[in-house]
Amino acid sequence: MSLILAIESSCDEMSVALLKDKRELLCNIVASQIDTHRLYGGVVPEIASRMHVECVSTVLKTALNEAKVDLNDVDAIAVTKGPGLVGSLHVGMQAAKTLALAYHKPLIGVHHIAGHIYANELVEDIEYPCLCLVVSGGHSELVYMEHEFSFEVIGQTLDDAIGEAYDKVGRVLHLPYPGGPVIDKIAKEGKHSYKLPLPLNDDSYNFSFSGLKSAVINLKHNADQRGEVLVNEDLACSFQEVAIEVLVNKTIKAAKDYQVKEIIVAGGVSANSGLRDSLKEKSPMKVLFPPMAYCTDNAAMIASAGRIMYENSMFSPLDLSVKPSYDLEEESVGE
Amino acid sequence: MLQLMNENEMLEFGKQLGQHLFNGAIITLNGELGVGKTTLTKGIGAALGIKKVINSPTFTIVKIYHGDQTLYHFDAYRLEGQNEELGFEEMFEDDGICVIEWPQYIEDILPDDRLEIHMTKNEDQSRSFSFVAKGEQYQNLLEEMNLC
Repeated sequence: MSLILAIESSCDEMSVALLKDKRELLCNIVASQIDTHRLYGGVVPEIASRMHVECVSTVLKTALNEAKVDLNDVDAIAVTKGPGLVGSLHVGMQAAKTLALAYHKPLIGVHHIAGHIYANELVEDIEYPCLCLVVSGGHSELVYMEHEFSFEVIGQTLDDAIGEAYDKVGRVLHLPYPGGPVIDKIAKEGKHSYKLPLPLNDDSYNFSFSGLKSAVINLKHNADQRGEVLVNEDLACSFQEVAIEVLVNKTIKAAKDYQVKEIIVAGGVSANSGLRDSLKEKSPMKVLFPPMAYCTDNAAMIASAGRIMYENSMFSPLDLSVKPSYDLEEESVGE
Repeated sequence: MLQLMNENEMLEFGKQLGQHLFNGAIITLNGELGVGKTTLTKGIGAALGIKKVINSPTFTIVKIYHGDQTLYHFDAYRLEGQNEELGFEEMFEDDGICVIEWPQYIEDILPDDRLEIHMTKNEDQSRSFSFVAKGEQYQNLLEEMNLC
């Protein structure tokens, strides 16, 4: 039995959730700044952290009211410690430490990616060993999990993260921010008519999206020079199909090589419909996707990972600091 | 002006540059998306004894790597159009090496002394590099490497 209060503020969302036991989610309040950042074509870190400061108390109060929970009844305070934007992370961390100190509750520093992975467990139990494909704006990784809360990174991007490639391609094509969901949407209206290279199509489990991004930029540049107009829908479709093909192929290869029971997907790009359809269609084994509501950053996922850390007494000291990068493997149980 | 034909030549040049860097060196990399700024940084990192994969720091603005020397890899791409206190100064003043992509967006807070590398993509996909040394130490570095 546990009641976890979780705070997540690693990027442009400030979120507070209360989770009872494994999956009785009492509330998951998310204050998003996407509309503000859309004005700038991307997340502006200083604005993000300033807005977090403005809304942290409100989000916390709203969460406690909605869940009808008294802070004294909470068992532990979980908070994202990284990776993320330092200024944004600090706001959530400071709030969490204050609550932990004032209410004498244990503090649990959660790795952002462990959170994304355990968003899946809000719906059903993960079966181990499993392979997790982590895809977001800052990550593209294949993580082998032999048992609960053990992380081995067996492959990663050598340059750009997949979500970053989507956003940069979106910017080059003058699509609205955020580029990922827009490309996914218009790709459905287009056809794969532009020839783009399959990036890092080798035997490793690593990814590379920089070359693909450059290929799209070159295509756009050359078309502009010749005064030709590209069909954005077709280019989005071509880009998406190539990017997803390599993600899916490498994930399935790794899953077979490691003889896992299932594949789980985590991170913001797990909301991409092209990825969902392709992986489900091609995978010989079960694929678990987080529910749409928990794909993007939210505190429910931090509470879910925090719940396991609570059960394993993985508590953090009150001088815990946020970092732009934390090593996921070092978060494993027993490390 | 230096011309490099492919990715391997860029990595190799990054290694050579890395070997010539002194404690606290600041390098800025100017150039369009896809020109190879992170590739060059990988080469520099290899020379500093960094074993981890160096990949794009766009999302978190800065990534920190520890090898024989510390590498601070900045990417100010997302900082376009703002002037705020970001806490980078302490990293600039540290003994580690700072490599800064998209420096034009944080021009106001960059140290005066630094090595600027301007990278451009050519029609044949090769890359041209030009160098501007700001300060005596960086002028000496370019002379040592026969780049001026």
